[in-house]
This record gives sequence, structure tokens and C-alpha cells, in this order.
Amino acid sequence: MAVLDFLQRIFSRDNMSGSKNVAKERLRLVLVHDRSSVSPEILESLKEDLIKVISNYMIIDERALEVSLSNEDSSVALVANIPILDIKRRD
Amino acid sequence: MGEVIVITSGKGGVGKTTTTANIGTGLASLGYKVVLVDTDIGLRNLDVVMGLENRIVYDIVDVTSGQVVASKALIRDKRFPDGRLSLLPAAQTKDKSAVNQKQMLELCDELKAEFDFVLIDCPAGIEQGFKNAIAGAEKAIVVTTPEVSAIRDADRVIGLLESSGIRNPRLVINRLRPGMVRQGDMMSIEDMVDILAIDVLGVVPEDDSILISTNKGEPAVLDEQSRAGQAYRNITRRITGVDVPLMDLEQPDSFMDKVRKIFGFRR
Repeated sequence: MAVLDFLQRIFSRDNMSGSKNVAKERLRLVLVHDRSSVSPEILESLKEDLIKVISNYMIIDERALEVSLSNEDSSVALVANIPILDIKRRD
Repeated sequence: MGEVIVITSGKGGVGKTTTTANIGTGLASLGYKVVLVDTDIGLRNLDVVMGLENRIVYDIVDVTSGQVVASKALIRDKRFPDGRLSLLPAAQTKDKSAVNQKQMLELCDELKAEFDFVLIDCPAGIEQGFKNAIAGAEKAIVVTTPEVSAIRDADRVIGLLESSGIRNPRLVINRLRPGMVRQGDMMSIEDMVDILAIDVLGVVPEDDSILISTNKGEPAVLDEQSRAGQAYRNITRRITGVDVPLMDLEQPDSFMDKVRKIFGFRR
């Protein structure tokens, strides 16, 4: 049997391709939202407010702007990716 | 003074009732005095899982409404001597608003004066029925299966339990399939603990003997041959404070299983 175990280890496919990793990732994301009780609507309205404030200072790509919650270690972070097109000059 | 433990899950169909029946029967087998309370009003099921459905006269609503005293409504399981294991069945024809939280609290207080363990089988969901079920509980067991939906609901329930003052609920992972875990197609015990961040009370493997035992109305914990029964016996002992390691869920593969695996055939 030892030979078979050995062969199995060599030929077995990478476990990383299993669907459980997809499940874990999806769960992680959905739980971040569940736990923080921040609904997608709240995030959307936060996003609009952010655009308003930042537009006073910079010209940003509104369509590429991304705001999301992310789970790092045991803390939750608000992550915003805001592409800047140009800086407004103050004169 | 006994302990009041609620068995809950959020999602339906993950094995709350089976778990309640098996833990209760297991505790009675160890000599404890146990009462099982079915709080799933309108969808009574614990009675059939226990095989006691033909002996119901009164139910939980008869007791909480003050029509009969609790001792009169309890059904004694004849598999055990001296009324060591009893069931308080749910009402089948009423709805969940027939009982309130205050009544449940009083009922639990009354029962724990007389029993070592009061096990509350909680209905699915997080509405009134859930609130009633946890009202009198000091401890909680959360049942989940290795599925995204069940784990998500378990997480929600854990949060609700903790905000209701029931600290450190413990997890029972039900219907685990070690073969699928090995193939990377089912979350492992570690994965689930990692996500839910609570202590594991036990892991019950997927086992045909559960369906067979439910068919007969005899909890699998009484079946010495059943692997799920063994898992429940271990869980029962852990509840009484004995440190029992998690059982080895791997069953040795047959020669052909190994050959299939090498060549990548999935069953």
C-alpha cells in the first residue's frame, strides 16, 4: 500500500483547484458584509459622498472608483481605490 | 441545578433535531437526567426522531399557558429507567406566537430544577421561535454543515447568541465527507473553525445510519456500529467535561479506491 500512497501523492492533482477554496473566498466576503451590517446600498451612498468630497480637490475617474470592505487578519478595513485623472489647481 | 442548552443553526435541515435527539439520548445513557424540549411549534419533529410520536397527550403550549403542569406533559422514554429521559413535545396546531420569551424562561427555570440537562431544540430562522428557544438558555450548540449557506447562517446565529448574552457557543459540524475534503471539494474542519472562530464540540461524518435510525425512531447514538453514533457519543462526553479527541474520520480506502484516485477518477 505504501507504493500506492506514494504514487497517489505524485499523481494527485493540486488541491488548490478544488471548489472549497472558491467556497471559502465567497464566504469570507459575504461574512464581512454580514458582520459589519453594511449593506450594498450604504456602500453605494458612501461612494457617492466620497465622489462629491474628493471632486472638490481632484478630478477622479468616477466610473473606475471602487469602494469595498475587506477582511485582513481579524480586522475589517474600508478599501477605496480612486483613480485620479488630474489635480485641480488652486488659484 | 441543571444546565439549559439550546441547539440552533439558523438554516433548516442541517441536523438540529437529530443532534438534539442524539445528545439527549447519549447523556441519558451516561446516567444523567435529561429533558428534551421541542420549540418548533407548528413543525413538530423531535417526537418522531425519538420514536415517541404515539404517546403525545399534551404539548409545550399546554404547559406555558398553564393548562397542565410540566410533569404531566412530559413523555418518558421507556428505553431508560426511572424517567431519566423525557420529551416535552411542540404543539403542532398552533403557531410560534403561542409562546413568549417570559414563558420560556419560566419553563426552563422549572425544568432545570429537576433535570441535569434541559436541551432546547430550536426552530430554523432567527425570528420569534428562535428568540423563544434561546430565552431560557445558558449555553448554545450551533450546528452547521460544510456548505456556504449553512456556515453563513451559523455565523449570523453566533452573533445573535452573543448579543443575547449567550457567550462561547460551541460548534457541531454535521455531515462531513472526509473523501471530499481530501479532494479539496469540501471545507475542512480547520477551514470552518477559521471562518467562524468558535470552539468545536464535535464533528459528525455523513452516515447512512442516521437515516436508518430516524426511520426506526431510535437515535443513532444507541447503535454501537454507527460512526455518526460514535461521533455523538464523543460529543456527549465532551458536554460532561471529559476531554475526548476528535475521532479519525478517515476510513481506510479499499485497494480499488486507491487505484481510482491515482488515475484521477472521481467517484
